[in-house]
Amino acid sequence: MYDMKALYEAENVQDAIRLRLEHPEAQIIAGGSDVLVQMREGKRAGKELISIYRIDEMRGVTLDEDENVRIGSLTSFSHITRDPIIQKYVNVLGEAVDQVGSPQIRNIGTIGGNTCNGVTSADSASTLHALEAIVELTGKNGVRRIPIRDFYIKAGQVDIRAEEGEIQTAILIPKESYENCFGKYIKYGMRNAMEIASLGCSVNVRLSPDKKYIRRCRIAYGVAGPVPMRVPSAEAVANGSRPTQAMIDEFALAVLLDIRPRDSWRASKAFRQHIAVEMARRALTEAILRAGGVIE
Amino acid sequence: MSQYKVVHCNINGQDVEKIVDVRASLTDMLRNEYHLTSVKKGCEVGECGACTVLIDGEAYNSCIYLAVWAEGKHIRTLEGLTGPNGELSDIQQAFIDETAIQCGFCTPGFILSASELLDSGKFYTDDELRKLLSGHLCRCTGYENILRAVKKTMYRRLGKEIDS
Repeated sequence: MYDMKALYEAENVQDAIRLRLEHPEAQIIAGGSDVLVQMREGKRAGKELISIYRIDEMRGVTLDEDENVRIGSLTSFSHITRDPIIQKYVNVLGEAVDQVGSPQIRNIGTIGGNTCNGVTSADSASTLHALEAIVELTGKNGVRRIPIRDFYIKAGQVDIRAEEGEIQTAILIPKESYENCFGKYIKYGMRNAMEIASLGCSVNVRLSPDKKYIRRCRIAYGVAGPVPMRVPSAEAVANGSRPTQAMIDEFALAVLLDIRPRDSWRASKAFRQHIAVEMARRALTEAILRAGGVIE
Repeated sequence: MSQYKVVHCNINGQDVEKIVDVRASLTDMLRNEYHLTSVKKGCEVGECGACTVLIDGEAYNSCIYLAVWAEGKHIRTLEGLTGPNGELSDIQQAFIDETAIQCGFCTPGFILSASELLDSGKFYTDDELRKLLSGHLCRCTGYENILRAVKKTMYRRLGKEIDS
């Protein structure tokens, strides 16, 4: 038995908004692989829960009218990885979420929960930052869409307005972010399964039609600061450059100008800085190769 | 304040319903209401995999799945793999043949994860099998015999020869 005060089950999005307004103190639960574990540990014990898990309209991956990839917030990690639209357009995201926890966790865990908990180590988060994803929130006043970098306020806190009854209903990957883009996510952990990233790095690139230049490069990290972050200094090195080994080395070192990792029991700041450079180097190299480029 | 809800579902091929406390996990419901004690209570935080069941064909840790979410679902536990007279399924027999069992606490969970991947009808490499079985902890066998039991069953079902 879980130590919960009450459980309110939402049937659909409007129902969830109503419940949220009626029970402002209640915690939203999606797949529950964070919320229920925290409740078991006593951190959220005695709370009211609003379950949105059975709202099937919030599941699935589609292309919207502008050809943005729309991922319903309750879509599980395993369904994202297996989805043909994801595999065709944003395979890097499918690969990233395939590194979460274990197979069972990937069946229950949702991309909405992975972002709404505001955790920097979330395996989806760095890739969503590198893809400049848009977060869709639905509340009593309708739909609000914000860039993912604005969604994260600080560690454990995201821009969801409970007083407006908001819940996160989708994550969108704009066409501009995925078209002709190829990416690579690298997770560094002490073991391969059931592991939280010591550091996560996601890179995507778009090459010029002749593959001689990098038209657009995006890099983002998880666990390099209190929230997932982009690395503009490194991007500036790569954008417009030829894919040479010297450029890749310069790109990798430039990440140190922006990242702010800390010492924790999982890894020291110095170690995180060290692997951040190597991960940037490897992820960019792989992204260029996947885009059909050649390292000069 | 106690709060209850009727949960209708299909467990191991049978349509069933019970009044369930909303605070119950699916593990609680399967063990206490349906006496399906192959569903083990291990860590109860989704790490060890001992409570794994199949829900609509996918493996879940039933300890971090609310019982009320089972409404309308098809659930399979280890009890659902055996034949009408208790005959073992091929994957269960393979665990015995390969000595993939010692204390047996992790076994039901492992066999259900194995069932999901075997039922897909796909071929998996050793690395893929290891990844697909990685949501289970076993402190007896060292995993190698478990991997071999799953691999041999996969080969047998696909009509292939193991070339080792």
